[in-house]
Amino acid sequence: MSGDRSKIVGARADVVAAIVGFARTLRHAGVAATPDRVVTMLTAVEALGGSTAAVYWAGRQSLCAEPDDLPVYDAAFRAYFGGERPFRGHGLPVTPVLPSVAAPFTGGPPPPAGEDSDEVPEILALSASPVEVLRQRDFALLTAGERDEVRRLVALLGPGTAPRRTRRRKPVRGAGEVDPRRTVRRLLRHAGEPSRLERRRRRDKPRRLVLLLDVSGSMTPYADALLRFAHAAVRRRPTLTEVFTVGTRLTRVTRPLRHRDADAALAAASAAIPDWHGGTRLADSLGAFVDRWGRRGTARGAIVVVCSDGWERGTPDALATQLDRLSRLAYRIVWVNPHRGKRGYAPLAGGMAAVLPYLDDFVAGHSLSALEELVTVLGRS
Amino acid sequence: MTAGPALDSPAALARALATTGYLADTGLATAGYLALKLGRPLFLEGEAGVGKTAFAQALAAATGSTFVRLQCYEGLDAAQALYDWDFPRQILHLRAAEAAAAATGNRPDAETLEAGLYDRRFLIARPLLQALEQSPCVLLVDEIDRADDEFEAFLLEVLADAAITVPELGRIAAATPPLAVLTSNRTREVHDALKRRCLYHWVEHPDFDREVAILRSRLPEVTDRLAAQVATAARTLRGLELIKPPGVAESIDWAGALAALGARDLDPDAAAATLGAVLKYREDVERVRTTGLDALLATAS
Repeated sequence: MSGDRSKIVGARADVVAAIVGFARTLRHAGVAATPDRVVTMLTAVEALGGSTAAVYWAGRQSLCAEPDDLPVYDAAFRAYFGGERPFRGHGLPVTPVLPSVAAPFTGGPPPPAGEDSDEVPEILALSASPVEVLRQRDFALLTAGERDEVRRLVALLGPGTAPRRTRRRKPVRGAGEVDPRRTVRRLLRHAGEPSRLERRRRRDKPRRLVLLLDVSGSMTPYADALLRFAHAAVRRRPTLTEVFTVGTRLTRVTRPLRHRDADAALAAASAAIPDWHGGTRLADSLGAFVDRWGRRGTARGAIVVVCSDGWERGTPDALATQLDRLSRLAYRIVWVNPHRGKRGYAPLAGGMAAVLPYLDDFVAGHSLSALEELVTVLGRS
Repeated sequence: MTAGPALDSPAALARALATTGYLADTGLATAGYLALKLGRPLFLEGEAGVGKTAFAQALAAATGSTFVRLQCYEGLDAAQALYDWDFPRQILHLRAAEAAAAATGNRPDAETLEAGLYDRRFLIARPLLQALEQSPCVLLVDEIDRADDEFEAFLLEVLADAAITVPELGRIAAATPPLAVLTSNRTREVHDALKRRCLYHWVEHPDFDREVAILRSRLPEVTDRLAAQVATAARTLRGLELIKPPGVAESIDWAGALAALGARDLDPDAAAATLGAVLKYREDVERVRTTGLDALLATAS
């Protein structure tokens, strides 16, 4: 290591300065190196001594929290302590961003001048219908003003999944299985006299929701609305929703989408996606999802939503194989294809025809009303 | 921490681990050393079969501590993780006291009766309480991601205080806080509050030399040549994008199976007969068979 900073490590005050500076670099690069973690790193460095390797391991084990952090950490460490050029990664939004303001869409041009006052009811009727028109309109055909309004309305959707019974039990009054523990406890409290039987029942919890969004070139007109839909889902159930983008590769965007503000979340997610508007290797990306996440448990018992037009560069067979693997893990698979909303569409294209047997639901998702339908489908058990 | 030489550096810990048969790399040894030194829980992630669980066991052996394991699953609650009262024995105790009172005609003293009822001997210690009572201790919380998030909050509290309060008995604190090792397979994201308290380490597959050394130390009957061939073949298999790439646990099983068959060399026949020890999916076995075992072994010899 040839940098100036590597020499500083060894003197107490300078160590602190160097490490705090390094943590700041790391935060800019997108690793959540919080102050308490920095304190841990300082104590760890003290315990290990000041050699470069010691600082490397101390920092890696105290500042990182998941495997995605490790490559970023390695690059930042090389840059900071190795005296390379300043490292710039795709950061998470760290500074608070003001919530975006979208003016309500009133629709239509202002009423022509010179109208009589007794025509007011008609204007009211006119201003109601554009929203209805907007609900049905294809995302690809929106004007800029309409797009803002649609974004606002998508943010209001709260996609939630139907509940499943968990293995955790809760005490209930009335019907339910006998809870021996609480019954005996009660019995002991009453000096060993049997009294009422206490009962318990298994608790319900919403199913996990996994969204796999195709961000390849052919899905460009719909990617924004679908990502916003995903943001609404993550905001509704932050710990039970996972979002990935598929294109030429698999990218997990759950973390950036947790940001409260939709625009900031989307900006962070976009920065994390390396294959925006690129080609499609759907089978490979889905395979990567099943291998790296699905089989370990993310897809088990979950409702998996794939948003894609099914246009695939690989063979339909490869896609069918991956869907088969996924369908053995997931509780339900919902496929969202924007072309389904178009008149005269039939799922005949190679990829789509091959995956149809594995789907539980096949919906459109090309317009606001179609997304509302998707919300209903997800809530159905 | 009593046995063996002073564990005053990661290298010293690595040597102590090696005497128990666990060969840790620099990163893992540093993580273990820091966890001991700073008294922080260690959060381990990595592919299945890289030796996360074995590391916790080796750490217990190397530091001369007891080893307590808590396997997590959905619905795990305080009664299964912490403590439970032995209700049948409590009722028996109550009835015996009553019978004694009826025989002698003495009214039982309410206070003594109550104290007798909630005595430590009626408390069944589950893993977390065992870990607090048997210090020094290495506590392995295995597959924390399988438990639900309610349990995480609860575990966080126990780890932070190194003590629990049983309402009827009072506070039970550990003499030395247990060294906690948490593992996760990333089926869901573990809460940040828990991770923040822990040191984090991602356990990698061992490199070639280390894998050979692990095979030799675990299975003395395996020859150097066979160990090297198995390690090379395992590396090749890991690069094949299989459904379940073999971990170190699988290569140990494989080498053990080969040795049990008396194989001195990893030839196609021996490999075909023992493939089930290293590949656990029908699709993977078929894939390796169609690409040809010879191709796999060509790199191995």
